Amino acid sequence: MSLDSKIPSGPLEQKWDSYKSHIKLVNPANKRKYTILVIGTGLAGGSASATLAELGYNVKTFCFQDSPRRAHSIAAQGGINAAKNYQNDGDSVYRLFYDTIKGGDFRAREANVYRLAQVSANIIDQCVAQGVPFAREYGGHLDNRSFGGAQVSRTFYAKGQTGQQLLLGAYSSLSRQIGLGNVKMYPRTEMVDLVVVDGHAKGVVIRDLVTGKISVHSGDAVVLASGGYGNVFYLSTNAKGSNVTATFRAYKKGAFFANPCYTQIHPTCIPVTGDHQSKLTLMSESLRNDGRIWVPKKKGDTRNPADIPEGERDYYLERKYPSYGNLCPRDIASRSAKEVCDAGLGVGPGGQGVYLDFSSAIQRLGEHTIAERYGNLFQMYEQITGENPYKSPMRIYPAVHYTMGGLWVDYNLMSNLPGLFVIGEANFSDHGANRLGASALMQGLADGYFVLPYTIGNYLAEVGFGKTPSTDHAEFKKAETENTEKINKFLSIKGKRTVDSFHRELGKLVWDKCGMARDDKGLKEALQKIPQIREEFWKNVNVPGSGAELNQSLEKAGRVADFLEFAELLCLDALTREESCGGHFRTEHQMEDGEAKRNDSKFCHVTAWEWKGVGGKPVEHREHLEFENIKLATRSYK
Amino acid sequence: MDLKLKIWRQKNSQEKGKIVDYPAKGISEDMSFLEMLDVVNEELIEKGEDPIAFEHDCREGICGSCNIMINGEAHGPLPGVTTCQLHMRSFKDGDTIFLEPWRAKAFPVIKDLVVDRSAFDRIIQSGGFVNINTGGAPDANALPVAKKNADLAMDAATCIGCGACVASCKNASAMLFVSAKVSHLALLPQGQVEKQERVKKMVSAMDKEGFGNCTNQYECEAACPKDIKRDFIRMLNRDYILS
Repeated sequence: MSLDSKIPSGPLEQKWDSYKSHIKLVNPANKRKYTILVIGTGLAGGSASATLAELGYNVKTFCFQDSPRRAHSIAAQGGINAAKNYQNDGDSVYRLFYDTIKGGDFRAREANVYRLAQVSANIIDQCVAQGVPFAREYGGHLDNRSFGGAQVSRTFYAKGQTGQQLLLGAYSSLSRQIGLGNVKMYPRTEMVDLVVVDGHAKGVVIRDLVTGKISVHSGDAVVLASGGYGNVFYLSTNAKGSNVTATFRAYKKGAFFANPCYTQIHPTCIPVTGDHQSKLTLMSESLRNDGRIWVPKKKGDTRNPADIPEGERDYYLERKYPSYGNLCPRDIASRSAKEVCDAGLGVGPGGQGVYLDFSSAIQRLGEHTIAERYGNLFQMYEQITGENPYKSPMRIYPAVHYTMGGLWVDYNLMSNLPGLFVIGEANFSDHGANRLGASALMQGLADGYFVLPYTIGNYLAEVGFGKTPSTDHAEFKKAETENTEKINKFLSIKGKRTVDSFHRELGKLVWDKCGMARDDKGLKEALQKIPQIREEFWKNVNVPGSGAELNQSLEKAGRVADFLEFAELLCLDALTREESCGGHFRTEHQMEDGEAKRNDSKFCHVTAWEWKGVGGKPVEHREHLEFENIKLATRSYK
Repeated sequence: MDLKLKIWRQKNSQEKGKIVDYPAKGISEDMSFLEMLDVVNEELIEKGEDPIAFEHDCREGICGSCNIMINGEAHGPLPGVTTCQLHMRSFKDGDTIFLEPWRAKAFPVIKDLVVDRSAFDRIIQSGGFVNINTGGAPDANALPVAKKNADLAMDAATCIGCGACVASCKNASAMLFVSAKVSHLALLPQGQVEKQERVKKMVSAMDKEGFGNCTNQYECEAACPKDIKRDFIRMLNRDYILS
């Protein structure tokens, strides 16, 4: 099957405008005849649900949290990019587009990224109009700061809680539509399956997490906005509930999974303290604006950091990347931290840490200014570590953060299954092999507010209304029965191990073999071991309680079962991609100085995998990436 | 360290609940409070018992999911901290710790420590927003906002909707939550047009949900993990009277 990206013809700058002018429209009076099912209420799902309802469609929205306001987008800290050029420092749509393509190591689709840069400015306008309290200058205008991978200040922020404020903006729009009766909201529910009728996505199977009741919902289109799969590593910066289930089960129904090996490791997280640890906490990348990263030059130097003189410190990012310094992209900063720690120069217990030092910024700007900029982050750090970062430098280490892979979508954000749209982190589309800071929020809101509402209309107008199948249709019945049986299976195993113990075992394996660096040998080992863990899981997992109640172990069992299959796909993708690019670093493919070595002649493509059963080898499809406007170049931040 | 836990167990909203004793052994001071509960739950599951249901998600103090009364205090003993950000170094070896759900008529218990806080969502749905459709918004810098107001609006908007204010109030009043939401928009020019309608609708929705009245004792402010100030209640009252 060929992958048609459906990129509109014409010059890059005009593609989106010309597309919008030529798509089919749905008459306002007919919009209410369509039902759209949205999974997830983060920036992408929340904004999409609100906008689709504003347009007049019937919307049913589902989230597993108790309230749509708690989606994990809420945890994003640092900011959102937009090509506003308010700072007059030379920013433009083209520059944001270029930085994003380069940041992603030339593995993203030009047309999608350009559109993202174009609509970025509208996002800020929209959010300000909603009352999002962005940081302001004394003159009353919006303030900006800079982020990794960029030499301009284009990041808008609301203290260290930008994700929270943007999500609350989307949530308020969504709440307005719920109040008006245009969106029917189903909190504390989980999508357990996708229903495909005559080749089109036409419904979902939902489990109510409080009563355990399984229900089916049919619609004219399904929108997955269910986030990323970083929790496959067990330890990550993702919320505990974040999971791969919605996208993976859609994959098992025929949607292609693209580039799963592109996982972003964030350089500034609080280091792990012990085996009990349940998740990792991110310290915003914005800290790198004022914090300087260093390690002692001498191995095993256990002196108090304040007692180590300047000359005996290695500010390795400033040394290696003088023009970007501490603001080099995340993949590069992460790998550099790993390198110095592997070389025995790491600090803190276990040597898995580097210093993020604010002493010179505090001297220059005063503690008050630093507290104003990053106060809540400093407080959070102190809560977790018991150390005061105003007095001694933070200790940080890279951790799994964001996943650039996801379900394959075309320019319409539609998967290869007609009627199945995938937005935000759940799709693969805009970040290539690495995501630049402050770009996730931008993509989530761009997709939900400004892209999907146009593209979905084009699909709906084409298929026409009145085609929604009844939930009595055999496909619905089949999916409902299969999922009820699956739940009963979990409960009947009554083995000896907890779900979490399997998740930890899997996560450690995937982190060791397919984490910050991967190689042929390790990946093959992982591919051999994952089926063994999976086999034991299905024989020896213990899920207590029943299916007809709030049962958190049962919820986790379903998600971990999916991770146990998904992990294999992740490692297979990493093994197949024999090059290094962005968040995917194959140790066999590196330059003499340790930088990532891409192979454009063989791998300038998106890999999209087609499911072929548990344990079966998925079929590889490729979308060749055409670069018409940007010359493929070796990425340099020196 | 070893601890004695006394935890509220309640099978569902219909059945009666009771306090049950659980030991927590070998707890490291680096663990968060929720990681300590994870350890206890793992042991319960291994013994074939039903683990303790509690809410959590981001474990970074921002999603507002976690909600436990710890020794009678919402989110435990530290000021300005959520349960997920409370670490065991705040406790001593041998301590006895009581864990209970939020107690309020408007927050019915679902199971163990999990309560239903959807009343907060319904208050927002009644009017806690600016009526604006997507697209067509004016340039963001076309409407300057004084830094002082933007910062104060941000302080109000920082509310995570966890419900600690309600749980810590003897009247189960939602005034701190509602006032934060009302003030956030009332402080910005974008929120002016619907300012009076908004406050009336939200206060009415709050009353309808069964939250009690404010008694000006400010337990809410003391319990708030995000340091939301009681000044917002004053601002709400003023706006309400003017509306």
